[in-house]
Amino acid sequence: MKTSIGEPIKRNEDPRLLTGKALFVDDVNITGMLHAAFLRSDYAHARIKGIDTSAARERPGVVAVYTAEDMGEDWAPGPSNVAPPPAEEIIFHSRTQVPLAKGKVRYVGEPIAIVVAESRYIAEDAVEDIFVDLEMLDVVADLEAALDPETILVHDDLDSNLAAHMFQGKGDYEAAKASADLVISRRIDFDRGAAAAMENRGVIAHWEEKAQHLTVWDTTQAPIPIRNGLAARHGLPENQVRVIAPFIGGGFGPKILLHYPEEIMIPWVSIQLCKPIKWIEDRRENFLATTQERQQIHEAEMILSKEGKILGVSHTFLHDTGAYDPYGLTIPLNTESHATGGYDVPNYHSEVKVVFTNKMITTPVRGAGRPQGIFLVERLLDIAAKELGMDPVEIRKLNFIPPEAFPYEREIIDQAFTPLILDSGNYQPVMDKAVETIGYHQFISEEQPRLRAEGKHIGIGIIPFVETTGVGPYEGARINVDPSGVINVATGVGTQGQGHFTSFAQIVAEQLGVDVSDVNLITGDSAEFHWGTGTFASRGAVVAANAIHASSKIVRDKVLKLASKILEAPEEELELEGGFVRVADIPRLSISLGDLALEANPLRGTVEPGMEPGLEATAYFGPQYGAAAFGVHAMIIEVDPETMMIDIKRYVVAEDCGRILNPLILEGQIHGGVAMGIGNAYYEQLIYDENAQLLNASLADYLVPTACEIPHIEIEHLETRSPLNPLGTKGVGEAGTIPVPALYAQAIENAFPDHDFEILEMPLSPNKLFEILYKKEVGR
Amino acid sequence: MKPPPFEYYNPQSLDEALSHLAEHGYDAKILAGGQSLVPMLNFRLAQPAILVDLNNITDLAYIQNGDSGGVQIGAMTRHAQVERDPIVADRAPLIHETMPMIATTQIRSRGTFGGSIAHADPSAELVAISVALEGKFRLRSQSGEREVPAADFFLGMFTTQLEPEEILVETSFPTKPARTGWAIKEIARRPHDFALVGVATVVSLHADDRIQNSRIVFLSVGDGPVVAEKAAETLRDQSPSPELLRAAAETAAVEDIDPSNDIHASAEFRRHLAKVLTRQALETAIERAKG
Ligand SMILES: Cc1cc2nc3c(=O)[nH]c(=O)nc-3n(C[C@H](O)[C@H](O)[C@H](O)COP(=O)(O)OP(=O)(O)OC[C@H]3O[C@@H](n4cnc5c(N)ncnc54)[C@H](O)[C@@H]3O)c2cc1C
Repeated sequence: MKTSIGEPIKRNEDPRLLTGKALFVDDVNITGMLHAAFLRSDYAHARIKGIDTSAARERPGVVAVYTAEDMGEDWAPGPSNVAPPPAEEIIFHSRTQVPLAKGKVRYVGEPIAIVVAESRYIAEDAVEDIFVDLEMLDVVADLEAALDPETILVHDDLDSNLAAHMFQGKGDYEAAKASADLVISRRIDFDRGAAAAMENRGVIAHWEEKAQHLTVWDTTQAPIPIRNGLAARHGLPENQVRVIAPFIGGGFGPKILLHYPEEIMIPWVSIQLCKPIKWIEDRRENFLATTQERQQIHEAEMILSKEGKILGVSHTFLHDTGAYDPYGLTIPLNTESHATGGYDVPNYHSEVKVVFTNKMITTPVRGAGRPQGIFLVERLLDIAAKELGMDPVEIRKLNFIPPEAFPYEREIIDQAFTPLILDSGNYQPVMDKAVETIGYHQFISEEQPRLRAEGKHIGIGIIPFVETTGVGPYEGARINVDPSGVINVATGVGTQGQGHFTSFAQIVAEQLGVDVSDVNLITGDSAEFHWGTGTFASRGAVVAANAIHASSKIVRDKVLKLASKILEAPEEELELEGGFVRVADIPRLSISLGDLALEANPLRGTVEPGMEPGLEATAYFGPQYGAAAFGVHAMIIEVDPETMMIDIKRYVVAEDCGRILNPLILEGQIHGGVAMGIGNAYYEQLIYDENAQLLNASLADYLVPTACEIPHIEIEHLETRSPLNPLGTKGVGEAGTIPVPALYAQAIENAFPDHDFEILEMPLSPNKLFEILYKKEVGR
Repeated sequence: MKPPPFEYYNPQSLDEALSHLAEHGYDAKILAGGQSLVPMLNFRLAQPAILVDLNNITDLAYIQNGDSGGVQIGAMTRHAQVERDPIVADRAPLIHETMPMIATTQIRSRGTFGGSIAHADPSAELVAISVALEGKFRLRSQSGEREVPAADFFLGMFTTQLEPEEILVETSFPTKPARTGWAIKEIARRPHDFALVGVATVVSLHADDRIQNSRIVFLSVGDGPVVAEKAAETLRDQSPSPELLRAAAETAAVEDIDPSNDIHASAEFRRHLAKVLTRQALETAIERAKG
């Protein structure tokens, strides 16, 4: 079989994307379409005493205005996306987002009313005509103060702002602590950031009354669940609702929420008015009303032996869920799954309190709780290494899970609600590769002392990380051979730029002996394939790819069976190549796949019992549990001690994400992930004031790193295949972001060897570095 | 993020534009490159009833030698054109050095020299350097024309001497005196961002290398361009030395400016950066003055 998996094939989709021929939601225009704009709350917490929409309704060009009251019985919160995990003694209060605020508003940006008009311009003008009578309430803006008994409640029917409370553990942490030689305890702070995808959200809904059919174009990462949810909500059979997630300019997690208020309102309004309705989120709305992530406060502890062996990790933390908690405990579960990194840690204890605040909801953003966990364990380990006088690389090697210990049981529950098991790995060679590529030993023994003597503040960081990826429940794919010879593949996962049109095509091309460019992939259209859960948790290359692999193998079998009959040759003597089935020794005895597809779908005669027409198959894949990838990032930086500006001199990634489908696409994922991680570590912070007003809700003030800020990234690949799926793949979508905050902290500390300070918060900025470093008299 | 309704005029001559302004006064706003005004319209921070577009008045876009040396730049000249112009590079090297610090290539292709000055953003480089270079601005209305020195033109945050019926038509910069050096230094989070702090200096030396005269002008530390007068005074007639420049930088940072806190930098950090940048800018300017 000619291999295509693993080849650095250029992306099938790029010519379309780069020449503006790809369909995005905002490209859809339908005759008679109306445009919607939302009136959003300017305040984080207030009681709604009355809404006067009369002036808005009278404005010329306005077709309709709706408030929560106007929705009558159709107003309902929800749904909940993720149930509480099956942990013992868990407390969980589910409070899900509402389509339009009723009674009170709970965050700045929460929709209060929707205006539908002939143009978005008129709709926005009319939004300003609406008068809302609000009674201001105290605001829950501070994560720690939120749990004070005197603090006002975000949800009046609860006893406190506690959304969830959960314990997890392994071994006996307290007993281990009693015999530990070294105890390191620190407080660790993470603040919020945005995903800031290039394309904002958008929804277009078209209810066709006579067909009793609803079509929705949506920038969602989860088209099939959105379809199912809308059908349930509107009392329609699922096949009367079609959801299409066309090309999407970046997902990164927030586009998976099931359902945003706008995803409820736009279809609902379309049904009310029997008109197509378009809403395209603008950048300001994206900052206020698209989910965010990362805020946590940890009291963290690591216990070690004097030789540097980790005996245990413990952390008690607060996690900010914002005004509602539709995504359950996914983020804190991920933090816990990564708070012991890739290390053999016999004792572990965690306690998390998830807290309601008057801020936008948090849901997973690329990294999804993992950067916090890795930051915690790596920071504590750095501090321990200093205390013990050990080399940071050596202390890590000493503690890695050894290859023979896999599958390695953490004995806690992970985001998939299964016990966390790291399926496979071989960590030390990856560390060695990173150490060798960046020239760690030569750097610290020769180059760094020389540069320091020249007065330069130059530091090195090297951080390993695990990434749990590829969780279930399942994905599926239907593959058929088109009479034109093209191979059609339909799958339910959406696509937001990951290169699915190519990496998935490579799997099919290898099985069916066709060119990758002859594989036509359709994703995210419920009319084409209506089973699946979506693109999240770095699972496409594991779950969807293996489903595609399974169905292409069935099609291959069908091809061989039919060709054997037609060519009158045994199946073992047939080979698939260049779009033809050939008898191996007699090349002129061949038939093209297209012709074979025609033969498989005869107009007369009979399809024999037990056979199916066409060369088509549908198959599914659900992993037993997630596959764990591993990587090491290393970086050399120079810090200007006068201006606090950081210059990245080198950036190295050694990555082991199992079987590589396409190294170009893999490297693209890593580049993007690192860029996002650099943003998380040094540029991007959502800054809220004491009234939970977002102070930097624009791309002028919220600093997303651009190409100028991202260094050249050197990537090394290693492969430890996952035993949990036939392809042996592991996910990599979030890998790039995960270790970067810990890496920045380590490298900055390393750049100032004579200064005794610790970086225990994220994100950083020159201003924050000034605060941290200047207290230490640097640069005076 | 859509602007509220406005009327749009597209005059083909300066006179026509001035007559629209004379008629509509405060209700009208001039549209130049739109790189500051259009975002303000989309955020609904500015809601003018009328826009008067200057983009078809091509005779406001030019760069020429000044009457008595120096250089004259028409208000509608794009940043990109100024950036690449040989006359500017030769006669006003501080302007030449500054242009790439403004925004991105795309924005500089559209944004105008006059628009940046008329907008009077306290973070705009051109605002600070036009004061440092002792530039002059020509303002025209239907009733006549006046020339205002840069030092008098800027009144505060986004406010200038421009009357609603006036158009800034030309900026001019005098010849650079002999034994004069210049420098601009700034710190921005990303290269294309507005600076956290910036400082422009112009220093003239006596024949014996003592400092004859210096102008130190800051951006992003106040309501407009901030001239460091006390620091300049400490330099007058002194021989430049590292200690002198350090002390002058300290004076500038501590006594001449009163920066505020915002989400990007504390006042304390801004003062610190001001000190670092002033020292660096003075060093460079003096080196260049020596030739
Ligand atoms: C992302 C971004 C980054 C930027 N970064 C920087 C930066 O680092 N440094 C910097 O200096 N600038 C920066 N800018 C602003 C840019 O330089 C603008 O071009 C400039 O501020 C305004 O010029 P304009 O021609 O676009 O003016 P417009 O936006 O058209 O007008 C601005 C204002 O000036 C008035 N006006 C314009 N021309 C005249 C005139 N001839 N007479 C009277 N009034 C007039 C208008 O009525 C309006 O009030 C940035 C802009 C953006 C979008």
